[in-house]
Amino acid sequence: MFSSVDDVSARLAETGYLASPAVATTVFLADRLGKPLLVEGPAGVGKTELAKAVAQVADARLVRLQCYEGVDESRALYEWNHAKQLLRISAGRDESWDEARTDIFSEEFLLPRPLLTAIRGDDPKVLLIDETDKADVEVEGLLLEVLSDFQVTVPELGTVTATRRPFVVLTSNASRELSEALRRRCLFLHIGFPEEELERRIVRLKVPGLSEALTESVVRVIGALRAMDLRKVPSVAETIDWARTLLALGADTLDETVVRDSLGVILKHQDDIQKAAAKLDLDAL
Amino acid sequence: MTTPAGVPERLTGLVGALRAHGVRVGTGETVDAARAVEALGLADRELLREGLAATLLHGTGHRTVFDPVFDLYFPRGIGAPGTGAADREELRDRLAEALAADDRALMARLAAEAVDGLGGYGSSPDSDGWSAYQTLDRLRPQTLLARVRTGVRERNGGGGPEFADRLLDDEIRRRIEAFRAMVGSEARRRVAERRDRDMLARRAVRPTADRVDFLFAGRDQLAELRRAAQPLARKLATRLAARRRRAARGTIDLRRTLRGSLSTGGVPMRPVLRRRRPVRPELVLLCDVSGSVSGFSDFTMLLVQALHDQFSKVRVFAFVNRIDEVTALLDHGTADPEGLSARIGAEATLTGWHGSSDYGVALGEFAERYGDAVGPRTTVFVLGDARTNQSDPNLPAVRRIAERARRVYWLNPEQRSQWGTGDSAAPAYAELVEMHECRTARQLSGLVGRLLPV
Ligand SMILES: Nc1ncnc2c1ncn2[C@@H]1O[C@H](COP(=O)(O)OP(=O)(O)OP(=O)(O)O)[C@@H](O)[C@H]1O
Ligand SMILES: [Mg+2]
Repeated sequence: MFSSVDDVSARLAETGYLASPAVATTVFLADRLGKPLLVEGPAGVGKTELAKAVAQVADARLVRLQCYEGVDESRALYEWNHAKQLLRISAGRDESWDEARTDIFSEEFLLPRPLLTAIRGDDPKVLLIDETDKADVEVEGLLLEVLSDFQVTVPELGTVTATRRPFVVLTSNASRELSEALRRRCLFLHIGFPEEELERRIVRLKVPGLSEALTESVVRVIGALRAMDLRKVPSVAETIDWARTLLALGADTLDETVVRDSLGVILKHQDDIQKAAAKLDLDAL
Repeated sequence: MTTPAGVPERLTGLVGALRAHGVRVGTGETVDAARAVEALGLADRELLREGLAATLLHGTGHRTVFDPVFDLYFPRGIGAPGTGAADREELRDRLAEALAADDRALMARLAAEAVDGLGGYGSSPDSDGWSAYQTLDRLRPQTLLARVRTGVRERNGGGGPEFADRLLDDEIRRRIEAFRAMVGSEARRRVAERRDRDMLARRAVRPTADRVDFLFAGRDQLAELRRAAQPLARKLATRLAARRRRAARGTIDLRRTLRGSLSTGGVPMRPVLRRRRPVRPELVLLCDVSGSVSGFSDFTMLLVQALHDQFSKVRVFAFVNRIDEVTALLDHGTADPEGLSARIGAEATLTGWHGSSDYGVALGEFAERYGDAVGPRTTVFVLGDARTNQSDPNLPAVRRIAERARRVYWLNPEQRSQWGTGDSAAPAYAELVEMHECRTARQLSGLVGRLLPV
C-alpha cells in the first residue's frame, strides 16, 4: 500500500491528517507486516481520525465496530434476522420443516455485523474497532479469534475466510487494560500530545484563517496547560476548537480578557478553570 | 547509522536487556522486530526506534526503559564529537543560544561536546569513564534561565509584551530538563563504547517506576507512580473479584440440595452451594506520612482509595507524632493526587511539639480516640518504617488494636536487612503483627492482591 514512511506521511497529509514520525512509521509497518494496529492514547489525539485517514488513502471502505459496555457477538459478528425468518416460516405453511430450515438459514436472512463484513468480499477495507477498552472482556476473545485467522464460522452456513485481509486499527483509551494475548497480536502505537511544531501545523491546516502569531500563542498556552495537574488536560480537539473560537471572536492577539472569556472552550471542569486561571495569572474569574 | 554490521546481535542484545528489565518479549515479537528493521532500513535512526518500539512493546509503561536501552544498542554515532576541547564558558554561551532557539538538534550536539569536555574522569583504563552528573555539575545549565529568557525576548524583536510570555520561564525549564536527559544518554553511550554494553544496559538504565524503591524514588518517579495508582487499582479489583468468586463458591449445602431433589424423585440432580454472606470487609489504614516514607504512604493511600468500592468501609488515618483521620481528604483527593500530601499537611493535625515521627504516641492516640474504628470485620494496615526516633514503641497499644481487629498487617518500605538497625522498632512490632517488606510498587501490588480481605 505504501512505498516508504515518507509516502505514508505525505499521503495522510493529503487527507488532512498530519502524522508524527512515530505514527507514520507504525502505519507503514502495520501494512508491511500485515498486523493489526493497536492505538492507545488520551481522548482527542486523533486515534479514530487516523483510521479514517488510512481508509481514505487506501481508497478502502471503512468498516467500524464501535465498542461499548454490553456489545456482543450479535452486534459485532452477525445475527439472524428473526423477524424476517418468522415471516418466511408463516408464509410457506405447507412445506416441511427441513425445507423451511435450509431456506431461513441462508444468506438472505443473515445480518452481517462489522467483523463479518470486514472479512467478506474482495474490496479493500479498513476495519476500525473503536474504543476497544469499553467492551467487556469476553468480546476480546472474539476479536482474538477473528484477528488470528481472519475467518468466521457461521454454523448454519459454514466458514467465511477473508480472501483479502482488512487493514485493522483498534483504539483504546486504556480505561481497562486489554489482555496480553490481544496486545501480542498487534503492533502497538501510543499517540500522545503532539510536539509544538506538529500542533502548529495541525492548527494551520484546520483553522487556516488564524494569524501566525496567534497560532503560536495558542499552542504555547495549550502546552502550559498540559504541564499543569488538571483533571482533564486539553487535547488536540480542544486546541482546534479554541483556535476556531478565537478566529470567530476576531481576536488578533491573546490577552487576559480573551483567554479568560474562552477558557471554558479548552477546560471542561470548573476547578480546572480556576486552577489554570491562577497559574496563568489571570485576575480572579 | 555508522555500523550496519551486527544488526542481529544488536537486536538480540536489545531484547535481552528489555527482558532483564521485566519487559515480556516473545520470539514472535523478535521476529517482527527483525522484519521491521528490514522494512525500514538503518538510514533513519528515529524511524528505527519507533519501529522497534511498535513491534517489541505492548504498552506505554515500558517506553521509559526502551528508549535508553535503544540508545545503547543503536547509538547515534561512535567516538567523541570531534571538536576541540570544550571551554566551559564558551559552551554555556552556545547552550544559552540553543535553548533560546529551542534547537533540539543543536542541543544534542552540545550535550555530546559537554560530556566529552567536562564529563571525563579517571586516567587508568579500568577506572575511567564519563559522568553525566559531573558534566551537569560543571556546566550548570539550570543557571542559564535568565540569560535564555533575555535571548528569547531579543529574538522576538522586543515587540510589546505577549500574553504567552508569562509561560516562558516554565518553557525554558522544560527545555533545560530535555537537555539534561540528553547529557544522561550521551554519557551512557560513551561508557558503553568502553564497557560491556549488556552489563550497562542492565545496570545504568533506570528501572521502571514500579521497581524503584519508594524510599529512593525521585520526584518524577513518584509522580509517575501516583498516576499509575488508578490503572493498578483496576487490575487489582479484577484480582480481588476473582478471589471473591472463588471464596463464594463455597461448600455444598446438603439440606438444601436434598430439598431441591424432591422434584427429581429424590435424586440430587443439582447441588446447592452454601452462600457466603455477601458482607464486604472493612479496612483501616494507619499511615506514617513523615518525610522519609511519605512517597510510600501517599501511593498506598491513593491505591486503597481507588479500591474503596471493594469494601463496605474504608477509613484512613495519618500520623507523624499525632494521628488524625484523613478519609474525607482522600475522597476528594482522587482528582488531584499530586496535591494529596499538601492537603493532608494543611488540614490534619499530625504533629504536636516536634516534627519527627513517634509511633508510640501516634498508635496510642489511635487506640484511645478511634478504638471504635476497629471491629471483628476490620482488617488494619499499618504503613511505615517503624523508626521511632528513640522513643517508646508502645507495644501495648498495638496489642490492643490487634486484639480487636480481624487481621493486622504492617507494610514496611525498608529493606528487611535494615529492620532493627538504629532506631527501628520493626522486630518488636513484627512479633505482634504480621510485617511485610514492601519496597516497590510491584511488591505492594502483589501484597495488596494477596492480603486484602475479600
Ligand atoms: N494529527 C492530526 N492531524 C489532523 N487532525 C488531527 C490530528 N490529531 C487530532 N486531530 C483532530 O482532533 C480531533 C479529535 O480526533 P479523534 O476524534 O480522532 O480523537 P480520538 O483520539 O479518537 O479521541 P477519543 O479517544 O475521544 O475517541 C479530530 O477532529 C481530528 O481532526
Ligand atoms: Mg475516537
